Amino acid sequence: MAEVRLIEVRQEVLAENRQEAGDIRARLERHRVFMVNLMSSPGSGKTSLILKTVRALKDAYRIAVIEGDIDATVDAEKVAREGIPAVQIRTGGACHLDAPMIAAALGELDLAALDVIFVENVGNLVCPAEFDTGASRKVVILSVPEGDDKPLKYPLIFSVSDLLVVSKIDYLAGSDFDLEVLGQRAHRLNPGMQILPLSCRTGEGIDRWLGWLGAEIDAFRKRKG
Amino acid sequence: MRASARPWTNSANGSALLSGAMHELSVTESLLQVVLRHAGAGGAVRVVSVSVRIGALSDLVNEWMQRYFDYLSRGTIAEGARIRIERIPVTFRCDACGDHFPADPRSRETIRCPRCASEAMTLATGRECFVEGIEVV
Repeated sequence: MAEVRLIEVRQEVLAENRQEAGDIRARLERHRVFMVNLMSSPGSGKTSLILKTVRALKDAYRIAVIEGDIDATVDAEKVAREGIPAVQIRTGGACHLDAPMIAAALGELDLAALDVIFVENVGNLVCPAEFDTGASRKVVILSVPEGDDKPLKYPLIFSVSDLLVVSKIDYLAGSDFDLEVLGQRAHRLNPGMQILPLSCRTGEGIDRWLGWLGAEIDAFRKRKG
Repeated sequence: MRASARPWTNSANGSALLSGAMHELSVTESLLQVVLRHAGAGGAVRVVSVSVRIGALSDLVNEWMQRYFDYLSRGTIAEGARIRIERIPVTFRCDACGDHFPADPRSRETIRCPRCASEAMTLATGRECFVEGIEVV
């Protein structure tokens, strides 16, 4: 009987996805298109934030949206009504967007005619954290009704994101959600992560969000300019 | 596990599994590709085991990875291979004094450096998802 031997692999499980994500990043940099990956639970307000942002910025930037959803086109239709390009990725049961899906979606967009792409990941705090999409920045959105304990339950997504948006802060009154405790829990996983509380309903904090985006887009352009 | 085009629904509790285990399915698909590529390049006839290091921050569940691997690897040289998962604990490095220490980020308690009590720290380990090696014949 043949002897068992060891082959050293020493490779990331998701190396292939990471490589494709790197290719996407390079392609977007060539076209000077800033892409941001929005991740959150279902119902935390990703689509509302995107719509609000698109309305505020569509005269300043040429924007497109890539919508990930298990099996629906509702969100993409809402975005398309704003008059901007929207690509719907139906993941067919997969719980996250990965780099090959984004590469396919980018194929349907004219990158030369774009400045910014928002990726609305599948509503889920687990899987999207593992899969690099090639975005320049990752944003995790946590809504107040979900509770300030989410970094304890889903540490990975908070550890990989560049920005934490706390949405629906109009629900803070009368809730036991503690922004300071959330900040501590998130920062021990990711000390450099900025935290931006906002409400799409009242508009509070939206200016700071738009300011963060504008600064990131400027920095991205300078870096590649 | 019985053959099924959609193994994750092959259960009385199908809908719960759909949300809970899809994650392992896609990671395991990638794992199998890595394994088959290296086994093929190494001239293997059969893969006996796969050693994987997974950080404790990851929500991947061992049992599901093995079940999906069993399912996905059918008819390949990796069929029947055992996945050995080594969990890498979460450790932090203190930003103040540089001490390297384990801690549970899921704890509700404030984490402090055991040496200098600082609360400023950087995650050092716990996010790994890495194929160490494969045993083949």
